[in-house]
Amino acid sequence: MDNNAILAKSVSRKYGSLLALDKVSLSAEKGKVTALLGPNGAGKTTLIKTMTTLLVPDKGEIFVDGIDVLKNPDKVRSHFGLAGQFAAIDEYLTGRESLEMVGRLYDLSIKEAKNRAKEVLEKLGLTSAANRQAKTYSGGMRRRLDLGASLVAYPKVLFLDEPTTGLDPRTRFQLWDIIRDLVKSGTTILLTTQYLDEADALADKIYVIDKGKMIAEGTSEQLKKSLGKDVVEVKLQTNQISKAKNLISGQFKSRVEVDELTRRMRIRTVKGGDDLLKVANILKDARIKPEEIGLHRPTLDDVFLAITDEKAGKK
Amino acid sequence: MTGLSDTYQLTKRSVKRNFRLPQLLVFSSIQPVIFLLLFNYVFGGAFSGQSSESYINFLLPGILAQTALFGSIQTGVGLAEDLNKGAIDRLRSLPIARYAVLLGRTLADATRNLFVLILMISVGYLLGFRASEGWMSFISALALVLLFAYAFSWVSANLGMLLKDSETVQVAGFLWVFPMVFASSVFVPVETMPGWLQAFANNQPVTQVVNAVRHLTRGGVVDGSDYVWITLAWIAGVIFVFAPLAVYQYRKFNK
Ligand SMILES: Nc1ncnc2c1ncn2[C@@H]1O[C@H](COP(=O)(O)OP(=O)(O)OP(=O)(O)O)[C@@H](O)[C@H]1O
Ligand SMILES: [Mg+2]
Repeated sequence: MDNNAILAKSVSRKYGSLLALDKVSLSAEKGKVTALLGPNGAGKTTLIKTMTTLLVPDKGEIFVDGIDVLKNPDKVRSHFGLAGQFAAIDEYLTGRESLEMVGRLYDLSIKEAKNRAKEVLEKLGLTSAANRQAKTYSGGMRRRLDLGASLVAYPKVLFLDEPTTGLDPRTRFQLWDIIRDLVKSGTTILLTTQYLDEADALADKIYVIDKGKMIAEGTSEQLKKSLGKDVVEVKLQTNQISKAKNLISGQFKSRVEVDELTRRMRIRTVKGGDDLLKVANILKDARIKPEEIGLHRPTLDDVFLAITDEKAGKK
Repeated sequence: MTGLSDTYQLTKRSVKRNFRLPQLLVFSSIQPVIFLLLFNYVFGGAFSGQSSESYINFLLPGILAQTALFGSIQTGVGLAEDLNKGAIDRLRSLPIARYAVLLGRTLADATRNLFVLILMISVGYLLGFRASEGWMSFISALALVLLFAYAFSWVSANLGMLLKDSETVQVAGFLWVFPMVFASSVFVPVETMPGWLQAFANNQPVTQVVNAVRHLTRGGVVDGSDYVWITLAWIAGVIFVFAPLAVYQYRKFNK
């Protein structure tokens, strides 16, 4: 445990009859980024809440910075920073006032709180808006201010729940840079995300969660290896979909996914380009002309399909 | 005493909100002033036939209590808003005393109430209100109304955390405050009401505080100082029950 800034052991939590977390375990190494990857409703926020004293789990053990969260919730709160999924900023305070207040609540001295607020505003590119009430901030600025509030007290451990959801690509990349900077200065970060590329870009270790269960863990390399290669995507005329599906299914081990609405078919490949040619040839022999055909990186959906296929023993 | 410092920070936070939210300031200052003017001129004529006291001298103590009580509804509204916007979750993740959030909110609302009460008294003065019992009594009356509203802020805080939606809390607040204000001695003497209503009006806390304030500002209330003591007992009782209950509700958010 010495090397882990966050450790969760077999954490379970029910909401009524819904099992939101089912014996979930996770560890985050000190000074590294750990990503919790999962779709809507997977249990990401619920897990973050149990780790940050907002929610008591039904079962399990949690340690943050070596402190037992369930036994010493009051003690552990000064050891971490949390930026929740929905930016919780005080609209009627200026950015500077907000950060100074949070600094004081973390027991920084008046002078420290002021200096630190200034530093954080600068780091997050909010200096020019620092004296404006936050109700005038754009979505991206709110996110940054919210992140700022979790940084004020130099936390050793940082929890970020979907820090980039809803941001435009440029702001998203800015936030990635900030996260990388923080890690360089020794902060341990656990972030949740719905995007594989984000986990890929930032995380040293990735956990995949779905329907309250941890379904995979590993470095992004390890996960990708187990997930197979790229995906062939074909767009077809409606009346040719089922014929094409039958033909292709016969030749590939993995499941062929069809989305009737967009008329797209997705085939997870083993050999990338070779498989693209194979699909193209099958279609050509059957005189089916696709509207589009191409090779794509696996998406989160593909990850889940791959993992669930694996679990069902259809390798 | 980190609890004190936390409370100070959170009071400051809510005070800024109270004074920067324009609709709130309108709600809590312009509206009661309009009430005061309306009631004074609409009921004043009918009233003057029945009593030697001028209506504004009768009305102002009542309307101070009414205003303060309406102000305390905002405690629950503000808390519900914080709950919905995730501010409470953020605060709960910080190393602060658990009572500080609630204490800060109720103290901030008391500050706003003080501001509004002073405004009302000033308008009342322009309309002809004069206190006759000396400065000490007058200040005591103001303090009593403030404390009274403060106690009911804790009731409101409980409602806010229970209902969790600011508009619902607003409506629910009116539901319990309206009957308490109107079935009391705020606008008319209780003796003019039907018997069954008198029983309620005579014994509920708004009548007590209004009579106490009349005693402290104008005198001439039979057993006037009793009303002061009964009001203080109500204040103590309400805080004693509802403050711990509010802290209990707040702590239960992690369940
Ligand atoms: N307070 C609650 N009461 C009842 N059910 C809840 C509550 N909070 C969450 N849930 C349910 O628990 C499950 C997990 O929710 P959670 O918010 O942890 O998911 P998530 O992975 O964060 O999803 P998202 O990406 O949409 O934020 C969902 O099915 C959700 O509906
Ligand atoms: Mg979530």
